[in-house]
Amino acid sequence: MTVETYVDLANVLPSSAGSVFRRRVLGHTTFLVGAGILVVIVGVALLAPLLAPHDPYAQDLSQRLVPPLWDDGGSWTHPLGTDQLGRDYLSRLIYGSRISLLVGFSIMILSGIIGTSLGVIAGYFGGRIDLVINFIVTTRLAMPVILVALTVAALAGSSLRNVILVLGLLLWDRFAVVTRSATLQIRALDYVAAAQAVGCSTWRIVVSEILPNVLNVIIIIATIEMANGILLAAALSFLGLGVPPPLPAWGAMIADGKQYMFFSPWVITIPGVALFMLVLGINLLGDGIRDLTAPENRS
Amino acid sequence: MFVYFVKRSFVALLVAITVSIVSFLLLHLSGDLAQSLAGPSASAADVAQVRKAYGLDRPMAIQYLDWAGRAIHGDFGESFFLKQPVFPIIAQRLPVTMTLGVSALLIALLVSIPLGIVAALRPNSWIDRLALTISVFGQALPSFWFGLLLMMLFGVTLRWLPVSGTGGWQYYVMPAITLSYYSIPAFMRLTRAGMMEVLASDYIRTARAKGLRTMTVLFKHALRNAIIPLVAVAAVQLGFALGGSIVIEAVFSLHGVGYLGWESISRADFPVVQAIVLILACFYIVLTLLADLLNAFLDPRIRVR
Repeated sequence: MTVETYVDLANVLPSSAGSVFRRRVLGHTTFLVGAGILVVIVGVALLAPLLAPHDPYAQDLSQRLVPPLWDDGGSWTHPLGTDQLGRDYLSRLIYGSRISLLVGFSIMILSGIIGTSLGVIAGYFGGRIDLVINFIVTTRLAMPVILVALTVAALAGSSLRNVILVLGLLLWDRFAVVTRSATLQIRALDYVAAAQAVGCSTWRIVVSEILPNVLNVIIIIATIEMANGILLAAALSFLGLGVPPPLPAWGAMIADGKQYMFFSPWVITIPGVALFMLVLGINLLGDGIRDLTAPENRS
Repeated sequence: MFVYFVKRSFVALLVAITVSIVSFLLLHLSGDLAQSLAGPSASAADVAQVRKAYGLDRPMAIQYLDWAGRAIHGDFGESFFLKQPVFPIIAQRLPVTMTLGVSALLIALLVSIPLGIVAALRPNSWIDRLALTISVFGQALPSFWFGLLLMMLFGVTLRWLPVSGTGGWQYYVMPAITLSYYSIPAFMRLTRAGMMEVLASDYIRTARAKGLRTMTVLFKHALRNAIIPLVAVAAVQLGFALGGSIVIEAVFSLHGVGYLGWESISRADFPVVQAIVLILACFYIVLTLLADLLNAFLDPRIRVR
């Protein structure tokens, strides 16, 4: 039996704001699980050449649809089996994480820039400008995203760049709607009036007073749109007009596997689980950030 | 109310016109229609001939006005592929997509309202948490993958339902479930929030104080008021579901409008694609218009804004 002979200073001194926040972050399961999943996937994407056991593009027609380790006939040579062209599934899955992350991140940045600009302008200036931007948002919402994206991809050619461009140009609506209402609220606050009274330019007020205070909501929407972008890009791949072959996009792997799924179900379950985990990780991270940064938004 | 109605309808009309212009421009600017039509192996002379034959050499504005002028009368031109008028082709497929959309909506409401009520009655209980967890996980499921998993379970392993195709009601069960689960989290949260707000209000306390049975208070007094916002959101969700049904129809080979759109895109049949984009957009616009009018009817404060 030991007796505590010293007093832990951390328990006696009042905690600083930083340490309180740190403790809340570390005690927040949702945030931690989401961040953990993302760290693993980003790590896998960055270290893909080191982790992948085979070349993701190397075909071996004598080794087609080899089952994964846990099925009869599986082996350590191909831990997750092979696809219909004999390509190592684990290696394709590992390299596919790069595509999903790149697509999701780029769509998020592109749509975030468009949507935030529109939303802040509408919220800050109000009046006619607000009406016009509202109209643009309504019009965008009326357009069936997948159909329009598919059509453009078919006409412009389905490449990684075009998929990012078309979805980035379509998914900004939520950014615009949310930053608009956040800007409206902040615009009415005293410190904005003070900045105006001091004679700050509109640009300066927007950049140094409004933007830092809507950043919170922007980050939360960013996680939602990144997840959304990844799911939609996967749906485009599934419909045959997304990221083109032979790139190992997870959506395309599911599409290719569809005709073999009745005899080799793992060809669709493996990439599907990967896609699900990535989107789940992003969503949990977003929920966690919302909880931690904006307690008033908790439902 | 009348002024609001006229204003709102005018905006809806403007949105429809803008959508038609944008979708027209998108089609014509994102690639060479004549080239897609003639095929990759066509010679320059062939492409030029196709361009002339379909009037694609005229100025864009003229082409648009010509197309829009006919579209108002329900004439969306002729399908490049089927060589038939576009509108009847789409009209023939509409009931399938409508059935799918409406049954998905009904499933979503039937699942989410009871869950939302229970969650509101017992906030932070295990069932509330379970419902929340399910919705977080559900939102991360790619819809086409979820559809394929259902197909393997109910179609192949259990053999309860036909795997894919178009036919009787059995063919709609899995697609409708797949399409419905996206709306469930939103509906559930709305019901939960609405119920919690209403249950905390004075008239519910009065009703309870009068000694009315709990069930009467819950369903006759509380639920009716709590689900008002749900009606409007459901209309908008139906609009989204109709637009998003393309993926689900493709998964299950359900021959609705979405499937037609997908087929038409892959065979460069752009008059059909263009008409479908416009028709789906109009459905969405009309549904949101109805939702707004309903909201304004129920909540007079909206009208004066």
